[in-house]
Amino acid sequence: MGGFLLRRIGQGLLVVIGVTVIVFIATRMVGDPVKVMLPLSATDAQRAAFAQQIGLDRPIATQFVDFVSDMARLDFGDSLWQRRPALDVVLERLPNTLKLIGAGLGLAILLSLPLGAIAALRPGGWVDRTTVFVGLFGLSLPQFWFGLLMIVFFAVTLGWLPTSGMGGARYYILPAITLALPSLARLVMLVRSSMIDELNQQYVRTARAKGLHFKRVVMVHAMRNTLVPFVTLAGWELISALAGYTVVVETVFAWPGLGLTAMQAIQKSDLFLLQAIVFTVAVLIVVINVGLDVIYKLIDPRIRLA
Amino acid sequence: MAIPMPVTTPVATARNAAQRPTLLSRLDEFGRELWQDKLGTLGFAVIVALLLMAILAPLLAPYDPAAQSVISRLKPPAWLPKGSWEHILGTDHLGRDVLSRVIYGARASLLVGVLVVLFAGSFGVVLGLWAGFRGGRTDSIIMRIVDVQVAFPGLLLILLVISVIGPSMATMIIVLVVTNWMVYARVVRGIVLSVRQTPYVEAAEMIGCKTSRVIFRHILPNLTSPLLTLGILEFTNIVLAEAALSFLGLGVQPPATSWGLDVANGRDYIFVAWWLITFPGLSIATTVLAVNLFASWVRVTTDPQEREKRFAYQRAKLAARRARRSPQAQSSEAKSQGGRS
Amino acid sequence: MSVSANSTGTPLLEVEKLKVEFDTRRGLVQGLRGVTLSIGRGETLGVVGESGSGKSVTAQAVMGLIDLPGRIASGDIRWKGRSLLGSDGERYARDIRGKEVAMVFQDPMTSLNPVLKIGTQIGEVLERHLGMTRAQARNRAEELLAAVGISAPGRRLDQYPHEFSGGMRQRVMIAMAIACEPELLIADEPTTALDVTIQAQILELLAELQQSLGLSVVLITHDLGVVAGLCHRVAVMYAGQIIETGLAEDVFERPAHPYTQGLLRSTPRLDEVSDRLVSIEGTPPNLVTPPEGCSFQQRCPLSGEACRKAPKLEHIRPDAEAACWRPSVPAWATPLMSPTFP
Repeated sequence: MGGFLLRRIGQGLLVVIGVTVIVFIATRMVGDPVKVMLPLSATDAQRAAFAQQIGLDRPIATQFVDFVSDMARLDFGDSLWQRRPALDVVLERLPNTLKLIGAGLGLAILLSLPLGAIAALRPGGWVDRTTVFVGLFGLSLPQFWFGLLMIVFFAVTLGWLPTSGMGGARYYILPAITLALPSLARLVMLVRSSMIDELNQQYVRTARAKGLHFKRVVMVHAMRNTLVPFVTLAGWELISALAGYTVVVETVFAWPGLGLTAMQAIQKSDLFLLQAIVFTVAVLIVVINVGLDVIYKLIDPRIRLA
Repeated sequence: MAIPMPVTTPVATARNAAQRPTLLSRLDEFGRELWQDKLGTLGFAVIVALLLMAILAPLLAPYDPAAQSVISRLKPPAWLPKGSWEHILGTDHLGRDVLSRVIYGARASLLVGVLVVLFAGSFGVVLGLWAGFRGGRTDSIIMRIVDVQVAFPGLLLILLVISVIGPSMATMIIVLVVTNWMVYARVVRGIVLSVRQTPYVEAAEMIGCKTSRVIFRHILPNLTSPLLTLGILEFTNIVLAEAALSFLGLGVQPPATSWGLDVANGRDYIFVAWWLITFPGLSIATTVLAVNLFASWVRVTTDPQEREKRFAYQRAKLAARRARRSPQAQSSEAKSQGGRS
Repeated sequence: MSVSANSTGTPLLEVEKLKVEFDTRRGLVQGLRGVTLSIGRGETLGVVGESGSGKSVTAQAVMGLIDLPGRIASGDIRWKGRSLLGSDGERYARDIRGKEVAMVFQDPMTSLNPVLKIGTQIGEVLERHLGMTRAQARNRAEELLAAVGISAPGRRLDQYPHEFSGGMRQRVMIAMAIACEPELLIADEPTTALDVTIQAQILELLAELQQSLGLSVVLITHDLGVVAGLCHRVAVMYAGQIIETGLAEDVFERPAHPYTQGLLRSTPRLDEVSDRLVSIEGTPPNLVTPPEGCSFQQRCPLSGEACRKAPKLEHIRPDAEAACWRPSVPAWATPLMSPTFP
């Protein structure tokens, strides 16, 4: 187990290094930070001074070494927009994103398991049809559009809920539902099809031949096996939400999380802040991946963490 | 929408005569199977209509999608008071015709979707085949790249790259290809590995079939069905991604049009002009829904077990309905069968 | 027309004129076409036949495992005289399945739940039927594992199926089946998926358990040698019907139905030198449109006018029945030899 974790963390480091290299290439070699970050009206002298300040006048190899050592020391430079260390901005906004993901993904996970299971038990029944309907629409509606429609309907027309921003529990409802929709669709379809598969497996026949109660056959035998792919997909949903898929929801609902901050950084041409966000999220994803592997092991005894 | 209706006799006899199904008989079978699933048929019809709409946009659109007109700003759709039939779906804040923009918007969605699926698909399939066939180092290096890419902060990285390079349709296509080929590689490699272990491929390799023959005659047929389903589903993901990126201002740039871009433009006017976000959004949703309906038909049809089950449920439901209507019918049926055996 | 039990009183299990149909895209497949049989206490019945003859479907019907697209079209299944069909019957069936009648399946690799511990899977039967607590069930499960010949049972309780070999898994399946000391054990090709050496061990174990627990056993197999070694009576199935039944030794020595004769003739033997294996020409009929009359007539060397009408299962000797218009007539030229009895 220890050796496995070490290897997993090693792989994670590889990811972080990969991200560092890509960010470096994108920002220093493909693009020109001076052109991106300074206004068009800046004078040549200002440009030269800025280039020198961030070390652009030095050879590319030296720049890379500096860049990597800065990253390693978690020194991402100052945010031009906020005029304070970029990392501080990131750490201030990160919890908001995590709360949003927790609410949205939590909703999707809590709804998908019972819905999918009931649908699988009565194919063609009304729960099944609702599930397939939710699945199809959740996969088909563009998230940003669904969010806007919800704002128009629940916030503007009915006036029940706030249009945007962050505050008490009421502020969570619309963004969480919007974030949950596609995840819920994917998860519920997976639970449904996986349960249908599992219920056709030979071991389910064994369990039935043992005279076990139907409930136990479904909830213990089939469900435990369904959890294996379910956790994989739920983990993927969590990672892709972190990997930036909250950007859209945060933009629509003006949710002050990392995604909205990233969009603002782009608008303000604040490359340092954007770097800090990408780097932090990469590290976070590595950590979550290791956690997920441990959960897989708990659910599926066939996985060996060697 | 014209769906090829079964023209039974000539085709059926033709197929009996020649063992190999001809293109015509396949099309016929496709049409007949599809017709069974009304939702799948609907999806297919909408896809064809959208394709025609994108190709024939200059003929269909009543106006130039970029033509502005200050006099006719924010006109509501025709059926509302103050609406006029000159602009059936109304106009936006610059006086541009919404219908024309919706028609032209199909081009961006479909073009990006098709190109990305094509490029990412080919790249992923080639790498997956290569990894599955060579095995060893090649395999582990390719799969390591695939694994690492999956663990990347994907969209954020896309945002960073686009913001540095500058947003454009080409940038978007490249970035989406680079971030979407892995899924194909993974699927193809998995199938190649499992198919290679089957006796018939081992036998083919043992009697000295060329690698190319093994790939094309033995392995590719196993790939077509899963790749088809995967490609169709990925297409919907790309259409949604294009819309989202354009909505965020990082995809298609004005003066070009895109449904996502139009929703973004209409966002500031949701209180006064709901139609600005409604129609482009509806177009995206319809496209993706149609493709999903078609895809689910493809998936069920290519899975023999699913097919049997679907058939059985339909029959069971029918039988139940029949039994409810006349309880005698079934018992007499059973009796007549009993007498026969 | 019944395979009568030779013990007195009500038989344990009676299957009467059972018809099972499968509604498939190719048409209505008649899986069972009126099967009647019964098993008395302590009796061992071998059910033989080739794939698709309906052996497994019969067992599944008894265990309530016929799912869509299949359904029981008519007939009855009775346990100790009480029907297991209908809503009342199903409630009753749920209480006796796993307790009084248990089943061992063909493929031990897929018959156990891969993500549950062996101890849990055995224990849940005991908790369900005997109302044991978890601790009691665990102790009993350990005894059961020991009883089926698994060493270090205490440690193995906490292992998962993938940590067991095929033969060991089949032993676990058997332990699970005998957990509540059932009266009838249905074994559906219990050795088909196993290595030859392991097969013998499993059969030996079944024979032992049958002796020590006084079990009735229905052994479903396509291996005539297995039947010869273990069973009192044998029923031969063909195309969804029983075509011959009788005492095992009797049937093997004097097979009445041409199909049984052919089946015996095609069984390879050790004590006889022969150049080649013989087989029965042709294939079993399509059960979507079963032929009028005798289902074996297309492959039967004796078939004639009479065979256009379906023969009924009738006594040809006391304790032996066959469904044939010309029973006990040698159908094939090659002399017949019964498989070796141990």
